[in-house]
Amino acid sequence: MTQQTNLPGFFSRLSIAFGALFKSLGDAEFAARVRDDGVGPTAGPATAPAPAPAPAVKPAPAPTPLRAPTPDSALQLLSLFQREARLIDFAHENLTSYSDADIGAAARVVHEGCARVLREHFTIEPVRSETEGARITLNEGFDAASVRLTGNVVGTAPFNGTLSHRGWRAASVTLPQLAERHDARVLAPAEVEL
Amino acid sequence: MNETVSETVSDTLNTPADPRYAIGIDLGTTHSALSYVDLQASDGEKAVDAVLPIPQLTAPGTIEALPLLPSFLYLPHPDELPAGERALPWSDTEATTTPAIAGEMARSRGATTPIRLVSSAKSWLCHPGVDRRAAILPTDAPDEVARVSPLAASTHYLRHLRQAWNAAHPEAPFDQQSVTVTIPASFDPGARELTAEAARLAGFTPTLLEEPQAALYSWIQGSGGRWRKQVQPGDIILVVDVGGGTSDFSLIAILERDGKLEPHRVAVGDHILLGGDNMDLALAHFVARKLATNGTQLDAWQMRALTYGCRSAKEALLADANATTHPIVVPSRGSKLIGGSIRTELTRDEVTTFITDGFFPRVEASARPTVRARAGLTQLGLPYAQDAAITRHLAAFLARQAGATAELEGFSGRVTADHTFLHPSAVLFNGGVFKSGILAQRVMDTINDWLYMEGAEPARALEGADLDLAVARGAAYFSYARRGGGVRIRGGTARSYYVGVESSMPAIPGMEPPLEALCVAPFGMEEGGELELPGQEFGLVIGEPVTFRFFGSTTRRHDRIGDVLEFWGPDELHEMNAIQATLPADGRVAGDVVQVKLHALATDAGTLELLAVARDGQRWKIEFDVRTAAEA
Repeated sequence: MTQQTNLPGFFSRLSIAFGALFKSLGDAEFAARVRDDGVGPTAGPATAPAPAPAPAVKPAPAPTPLRAPTPDSALQLLSLFQREARLIDFAHENLTSYSDADIGAAARVVHEGCARVLREHFTIEPVRSETEGARITLNEGFDAASVRLTGNVVGTAPFNGTLSHRGWRAASVTLPQLAERHDARVLAPAEVEL
Repeated sequence: MNETVSETVSDTLNTPADPRYAIGIDLGTTHSALSYVDLQASDGEKAVDAVLPIPQLTAPGTIEALPLLPSFLYLPHPDELPAGERALPWSDTEATTTPAIAGEMARSRGATTPIRLVSSAKSWLCHPGVDRRAAILPTDAPDEVARVSPLAASTHYLRHLRQAWNAAHPEAPFDQQSVTVTIPASFDPGARELTAEAARLAGFTPTLLEEPQAALYSWIQGSGGRWRKQVQPGDIILVVDVGGGTSDFSLIAILERDGKLEPHRVAVGDHILLGGDNMDLALAHFVARKLATNGTQLDAWQMRALTYGCRSAKEALLADANATTHPIVVPSRGSKLIGGSIRTELTRDEVTTFITDGFFPRVEASARPTVRARAGLTQLGLPYAQDAAITRHLAAFLARQAGATAELEGFSGRVTADHTFLHPSAVLFNGGVFKSGILAQRVMDTINDWLYMEGAEPARALEGADLDLAVARGAAYFSYARRGGGVRIRGGTARSYYVGVESSMPAIPGMEPPLEALCVAPFGMEEGGELELPGQEFGLVIGEPVTFRFFGSTTRRHDRIGDVLEFWGPDELHEMNAIQATLPADGRVAGDVVQVKLHALATDAGTLELLAVARDGQRWKIEFDVRTAAEA
C-alpha cells in the first residue's frame, strides 16, 4: 500500500473497503463487478478501487475518476490564514453591529495577512498577460481549461473577444510539512495565559 | 542545560581535501543564513551560488523551509509541546533530540513567553563581563528553566544549519565541505575563538571571516566582473553594516599590484550593540506611549504585534518619501477581531524624528558619541550602545582612523595634516536597515557634508548590494576564492595586541606601579604567520595559572612584536578580558618553573593564538576566554 497524494488515505480506504465488503455480500451483481474489475477480488475485498472517499462506491460502468480532496492541506491553509490573517475570526463575526471604520481596521489585518500567506506559499500569476479590456484572439486548440468563453459563444476558432478577467494560475505551491502525528484539525490552539 | 555533542567531532582540517561545495554561514544576532558555491560548476569569477532553504518549526508540528533561520532558541516547558510536535526532519529518535527549538517558532513563541526565550546569543558571546560558557541565558528565566550558555546557543544554531545541509545534500556531508562562518569585524580574539569552538562543537571546523569583508565579497561576486569599472586604485571603501543587533564599520582600500586590483582591509570599528531591532522597538515604545495617553494599555502580546506593525509602517514610510502616514492595527488577542483591535498610525514626522534624526542625525564630522557614566550598580545585561546615533559612531570611527592609509602603497600624499578624518571615496551599505533609500541617502549626505567641509570630492554609493543575504553569500564566495578561484581581500589582523607588565620602577607607597604595554602581536599579521616575542622569557609555574592584563588597539599600526609602550593616548588602547596561561603538568613536576617565550600565531582559520613555547619546543595555548567569577 504505497502512499500517494491523490489516493485516499488509510481511513478512507478502510471505510471504502468495509463498504465494498458489505455491498458484495448483499449484492451479487456488485460482487461480480468487483470480481471482473481485475483489481480487487483475487487479493480480497479490502483493496477495491476507490474513485471517491464515500463509503458507497459508485458502480458506474466507466466511472469518471474523481479526485478525493485531501482535507489536511485544506486545514493547513485555513490554519495559515487564521494565524497570519485572523480569517476565521473575521468571517465568524457579525458585521451588523460595527461601524465601517472598525471593520476597516480589522480588514487591514486580514488583507495584510492573506497577502502574506499567498505571497509566501504560492506563486500566483495571471493566465493572460494582456491588460483587461484588450481585444484578444483565441486560435484553434486554445486551452479551454485556462480560458473561459462567455457571451455569444458560436462558430469556430479563431475566436475574437475582449479580455474581461486575466485569470490566475498558481505556478507553484509550497505548503509547510506536517509532523506525522500533527492534528491539522486544530486550526488555532486555544491560548491560556498563566 | 548543557548541550552534549551527540556525534563525534571530526578532526578534519579546516580545508578538507576535496570539497564539492564552498559554504558560507552568516551567524547573525537576529538571523542566520547559509549560502553555498558549487565548486565544480564555478570557474574564476563566475561562481555558481545558491541559498539553502532551512527547514525549521514555524508552528507546533509544522516545518517550513525558509531562507533565514531566526537566531532565537526557545526552551519549552515539559508539558508545553508533545515530542512529536517539535520533531525536525532529521531528528531520528525523539529521545535524543534536545528539547530546545531554534528558528521562527522560537521567535514567535518566545515573544509571548520571554522567560523561555534565548535571544542575541551572539552579543552575549562577545560580552566581556560574563562567562560565555556558563549557562546564563535567558538572564531573567526563573530557576526551574534550564538555562543555556551563549556558547551552547550558538552551537545549537550552527548544528541546525549543519543538519539542514546534510538533509538536503546527503551526497556531500557538511563536515567535508569548505565552511566559512562570519563574525563582526569588531570581535575580539576571545569571541572569535568562541565562535570557532561553537562550530567545532556543532561538528565542523570553520574558517572565520569578518562580516563587512563578506559584504564586499558578495558585491564583487554580484557585479560579475564589473566591479573593476566601479572602483579604481586609490579608492577607499567604507563598509557600513547595520544589522539587526549590531553596527559594524570597516575601511577597505583598493591597491594595484602587478596590474591587478587588490582590496586591503585597513581598519575595523568598535563593537556597537545597536541595530535595526532597536529602531523598531524604539518606535513601538513611542507608539505605545501615544496610545497610553488615550487610555489604552498594551500587554506584552500586543506590544509584540505593535512592534511588527511599527516595522512595516517604518519600512513603508522610509521607502516612499511622499507617504505621510501609515496605519498600524494591533489585532485583538481574543477571537473578536473587529471590536477588540486597536487602530493607530505612524506619521512621517514621527519616523523622521525617531529613526532618521534619532539614529542617523546630520552631525558634524567632529561629533562624538555621548558616553554617560554608568550608574554604580548596573544590572548584568548587554552593554548596549549608549548613544543611538549611528552617524556619531561613524564620525568617531573615521576620525580615529585618519591615518589608516598613510603607509599604504600608492596612498602616500593623499592624506594631509588638516584632514580631521579619513576620507572614504565609496560607501558600501549592508543590512536590512538600508533597504530604505532615505536612510542610505542620509548617511551618504552626512559623509559628503564632512568631505565638502574639508574640500574633498564626494563619496559615491556602490550599487547592487544584496542587503539581506550578502554576508552569507560573500562568505561562500570567500570559501571559494581562498581555494584560488577569485579575488581575495588582504589585510591580516585588524588590531595590535599587548599584555600589561608592571614597570620596574621602585615602589612608591600608596601608588600602583605604572603599567607598561608589551606588544605581543602586531597589526596586520597575515594568516598563517607566526612571530616570536624577542628577548623576553617568562618563568611559568607548572600547574599555576598566570593571568595577564590584555589590550588591543585598532590604530597603532607601527608597533612591532616586543615593543614596550610606556605611554599611550586615551583612545589608543582598549583593555579586553584578561588572558591566562596554565601549564598542565604532562610529564613535568607541578611547582617547577619553566622558561617560556611567547609566540603569536594568526591561524588559517582566522583566529589569533598566543602560545607559550618552552625551550624544548613544547607549546601551550594561552586562553583568551578565562572563566572569571562574575565581577562585572
